[in-house]
Amino acid sequence: MDIQTWTWVLVGITFTLYIGIAIWTRASSTGEFYVAGKGVHPIANGLATAADWMSAASFISMAGLISFSGYDGSVYLMGWTGGYVLLALLLAPYLRKFGKFTVPDFIGDRYYSNVARVVAVVCALIVSFTYVAGQMRGVGLVFSRFLEVDINTGVLIGMFIVLFYAVLGGMKGITYTQVAQYCVLIFAFMVPAIFISIQMTGNPIPQLGFGSSSDGIYLLDKLDGLHRELGFHEYTSGTKSKIDVFFITAALMVGTAGLPHVIVRFFTVKKVSDARKSAGWALLFIAILYTTAPAIAVFARTNMIETVSNKKYTELPDWFSNWETTGLISFDDKNNDGLVQYVADESVNELTIDKDIMVLANPEIAHLPNWVIALVAAGGLAAALSTAAGLLLVISSSVSHDIIKKIVNPKISDKGELVAARLSAVVAVIIAGWFGINPPDFVAATVALAFGLAAASFFPAIVLGIFYKRMNKEGAITGMVVGMFFMLYYMMRFKFDWFGGGTKDDWWFGVSPEGFGTFAMLINFGVSLIIASFTPKPPKEVQEIVDNIRIPSDAGDAQMH
Amino acid sequence: MDKKYQKKYWKNNLKYLAILLSIWFLVSFVFGILLVDELNTIRIGGFKLGFWFAQQGSIYVFVVLIFVYIKLMNKLDDKYNLEK
Repeated sequence: MDIQTWTWVLVGITFTLYIGIAIWTRASSTGEFYVAGKGVHPIANGLATAADWMSAASFISMAGLISFSGYDGSVYLMGWTGGYVLLALLLAPYLRKFGKFTVPDFIGDRYYSNVARVVAVVCALIVSFTYVAGQMRGVGLVFSRFLEVDINTGVLIGMFIVLFYAVLGGMKGITYTQVAQYCVLIFAFMVPAIFISIQMTGNPIPQLGFGSSSDGIYLLDKLDGLHRELGFHEYTSGTKSKIDVFFITAALMVGTAGLPHVIVRFFTVKKVSDARKSAGWALLFIAILYTTAPAIAVFARTNMIETVSNKKYTELPDWFSNWETTGLISFDDKNNDGLVQYVADESVNELTIDKDIMVLANPEIAHLPNWVIALVAAGGLAAALSTAAGLLLVISSSVSHDIIKKIVNPKISDKGELVAARLSAVVAVIIAGWFGINPPDFVAATVALAFGLAAASFFPAIVLGIFYKRMNKEGAITGMVVGMFFMLYYMMRFKFDWFGGGTKDDWWFGVSPEGFGTFAMLINFGVSLIIASFTPKPPKEVQEIVDNIRIPSDAGDAQMH
Repeated sequence: MDKKYQKKYWKNNLKYLAILLSIWFLVSFVFGILLVDELNTIRIGGFKLGFWFAQQGSIYVFVVLIFVYIKLMNKLDDKYNLEK
């Protein structure tokens, strides 16, 4: 069978599976819609969290990003996994004990203020919408490349599928489809990686493969050599300053721990110890992909350079022209010698490659069978859809629960709230689809903003809420607002050139906008603590809430063994 | 639950957090970033050690840290008779 038939078959089977699960796990109450009735098994929740977390960006773009940035790419690897340690140790168990539905629920109750609640809702909405636009675009991209349908049609098909199971199933439906999606995406990611690892190094484990040798020379040394030859920076060392790498890694870690669609997954398990367990499982499942990605990056980079560098354009393999038609790869024969010059020097370089191609085209570059190439398409779709669904749920619960139920109309019935939740999910899907079809130019820039905002707003407010009983609403609200303000200012100044703009030399302490989230977070902590020390203590009931969330249960009796 | 036991339980928890988070910081920020050049002079197979910590080792340690935390806390909960 050819690639396209295989792709239709695999995408068809997986989509039928997702829809089947959605029908089987419909939500019938708000508890089921928001948090799957709090009855999810920790391993299932770990799988769902992993799928929820690993987006189109993790699946399609990350390995390519590392491939082009070498050591500098470590910020994503450490940043997007290290955050789970913070989640498991500092947030998940306590938020589960608190036992409500959303992150703004916690902020609103812990800081006894609807102002705090609204600030949290606004943050949650900005972060989630920023993120979801990229996912819908990812769905469109995969459809257009592998199934040769228009990108917009692809986005519409994706919208329909997500709409179906998010609106019908709520968190319950999403959780079990995500479990299936994790299996699809990890299989699709690992199969080509293992194939290529065997091909290039003879070692079936990619994590070890990229540290072994091929043709008598260590693969990484060979790649470093190729890089030096072509004038690129050595692969295993970085170009970013140490302080910037430090700050970016920290911002991504803290941002990960503060993302509402990740946090809310820990509300779905039965008890506190299950929340801890599912964080462990989630990171284990994520680590499988995240430790493979740097291996793929090295394989793909070496393969690519060896296939095209100084080769005759007319004799390049088929995949080259296939991808040329998508515009993701392009060749401009500047010196008219018919050979491909791929070098660091911009004035001589003749080849432009989009980073997304590294995972998508990797199986073709390595001559893998057609079904493996088709599998990558199904995996990319699973990654994009699972993340989109998780985000849409945060958006719809922010509207129906945090705004309508908690602020506008507290008397609304459970049934009414469920209808509101479904309607807001529909509206959210439509807006997300619109962003997918008309992607704003700033999408790439705003993903960094999403992490920065989560780091600058939620993380300090939640951590202080749990670990510092004296923290009051004045401190927390001012901290969140000031943290967000700094983050937005820095991002707009250096990413969008507002407020006078500026170049690298104007960065504060050499920290890039991507790493500024760490800075803004520290500002938030500082401001919160200072303001809280001048303003009244939180009321007694609130202090009791804090005491209560610190212990897993009050059911046990007070004696020690 | 008695306030005194509650305080003790919490203190114990904080101690675990301090230890585990120090290791978390060490393997990522210290080994993977601050001391990466020094560690890169050491090699294991085809990997420079600093590079390996940044792209592999830190992630493995993160996973282990969470499972150690789960173990420690389950024990602690048992000791204080919480959440049977």
